[in-house]
Amino acid sequence: MINSTETNSGPAKCQSAPSVFLENVSFSYPGKEIFRSLNFTVKSGQWTCLIGPSGCGKSTLLRLISGTLREGFSGEIRFSDGNSHNGLTSWMAQKDLLLPWLTVLDNVCLGARLRGEISSEKRKKAISLIQDAGLVAYLNSLPSELSGGMRQRVALMRTLMEDRSVILMDEPFSALDALTRLKLQDLAADMVKGATVLMVTHDPLEALRLGHSIYVMTGRPAQLSKVLVPPGLPPRKPGDTAIVSLQAELIDRLSRTSHEEFGIEEGGKT
Amino acid sequence: MNLVRLICISVGLVLIWQAIVLLTGVPPYILPGPLSVAKAALTHSGSLFDHAMTTLFEIIAGLLLGTLLGASSALSMIASLSLKRWLLPVLVISQAIPVFALAPLLVLWLGYGIGSKIAMAVLIIFFPVTAAFYDGLRSTEPEWLELAQVMNAKPLAVIRHIRVPAALPAFASGLRVATAVAPIGAIVGEWVGSSKGLGFYMLHANARMQIDIMFAALAVLAIVALTLYFLVDRAMIKIVYWQKDNGLATPPAGRRGGQVRPKGTRERNEF
Repeated sequence: MINSTETNSGPAKCQSAPSVFLENVSFSYPGKEIFRSLNFTVKSGQWTCLIGPSGCGKSTLLRLISGTLREGFSGEIRFSDGNSHNGLTSWMAQKDLLLPWLTVLDNVCLGARLRGEISSEKRKKAISLIQDAGLVAYLNSLPSELSGGMRQRVALMRTLMEDRSVILMDEPFSALDALTRLKLQDLAADMVKGATVLMVTHDPLEALRLGHSIYVMTGRPAQLSKVLVPPGLPPRKPGDTAIVSLQAELIDRLSRTSHEEFGIEEGGKT
Repeated sequence: MNLVRLICISVGLVLIWQAIVLLTGVPPYILPGPLSVAKAALTHSGSLFDHAMTTLFEIIAGLLLGTLLGASSALSMIASLSLKRWLLPVLVISQAIPVFALAPLLVLWLGYGIGSKIAMAVLIIFFPVTAAFYDGLRSTEPEWLELAQVMNAKPLAVIRHIRVPAALPAFASGLRVATAVAPIGAIVGEWVGSSKGLGFYMLHANARMQIDIMFAALAVLAIVALTLYFLVDRAMIKIVYWQKDNGLATPPAGRRGGQVRPKGTRERNEF
């Protein structure tokens, strides 16, 4: 694990977060090719967004990087520090995946508990994370007592608690209402700083707000193409003129490809 | 609330019973009235209590052993794939034999004492507990498991902290079914051969045409079984505390919701 100098919250590890290189990565289910020969780099300490229509293999790509999916793929996934993916990545999904029988605190500590590393120090760290998320009043509440946005914040804290230098996010904010989503994006951008992030999304605005670099994934088998990124550092303001015009362009591009490639037979879930 | 309803139902049933006796004029050796049964229960309360204790002990011992066996076989089937491949067919075959048909054998092997009755109850309880718990353990949310995998979880920790708690609601419903059928095991065992217990007492009274005592024993059995069921139900609600509206004797939703809310409303933190 990375031993960054201990800060009171968040994984502050600008120097140590590795880049992730994907070289010639192909993946297919039996009889169905999802993507072929993808080459791209998730840059160290930056936020990379992957945007594309549903069913194009975005989540599959995340699973390959996290190591939960190992069959059916060829190519190479490398981390710049030479490690394999085991124990390097942290994963945040669209669903909060909070365990309903655990309190907020215990949910945030889940990883430590599952690895048998739970200690009072870990707990202290979790509490300070929860504090940063503004949820300290809910430390001992069950997930069922929280709103959707609060639950997703807890999920974010659980992800950060892992203290991994590569964070994989699979549409983490897509189930939230627009305003909550914006707030949570800001919180995430702030707290994740320094880690290498790869986020899958289908929300162009989200990608344009948060991404240091943005890739569009389209076609079948899917291909990646880089998209112009608005100036300024993320999180960018949603009303930014650059964002607004790029958003229109991005939507146009996505809808064009989804007509061509996914028109009738769309819907294969990844 | 629940208690009031329970009393109403009991009183109603007794009234219907009395009405049937009055209206049909059925002779007391076929269906004695509630009053004569109550009288019989009072005069024989000592022996009723003794026999009830024996039966209760058999049921509880059967429940404990059966649950323990059922839970551990479900757990071992989840922990080891090869064990599952061997154990699952055995389980299904064991259920193909009617447990009642085994009762005489059990008495032959384990004697007239409580051993054969406990074994009977265990056999009856074992399957619903195993089946329900195993089913619950098997159907853990796949994304929880994936999350655990990314977290580098130890396999045993995944079972302990994710699979088992996730399966507790299923386990609880299996145990409820088991508690409901456990008395059958004990009573059938007593019928086949015994010198103690409510089943024995009923047969004994039946042979002497003391139908009122038989009914009194039946009523005591019902009370014992119901009490046990409600206790288990309560315990299960406690164990599956995160699930609202589980179990049959759950208090109305409004009251439970009320308990939970206040903590959350303290702070305006809506996002």
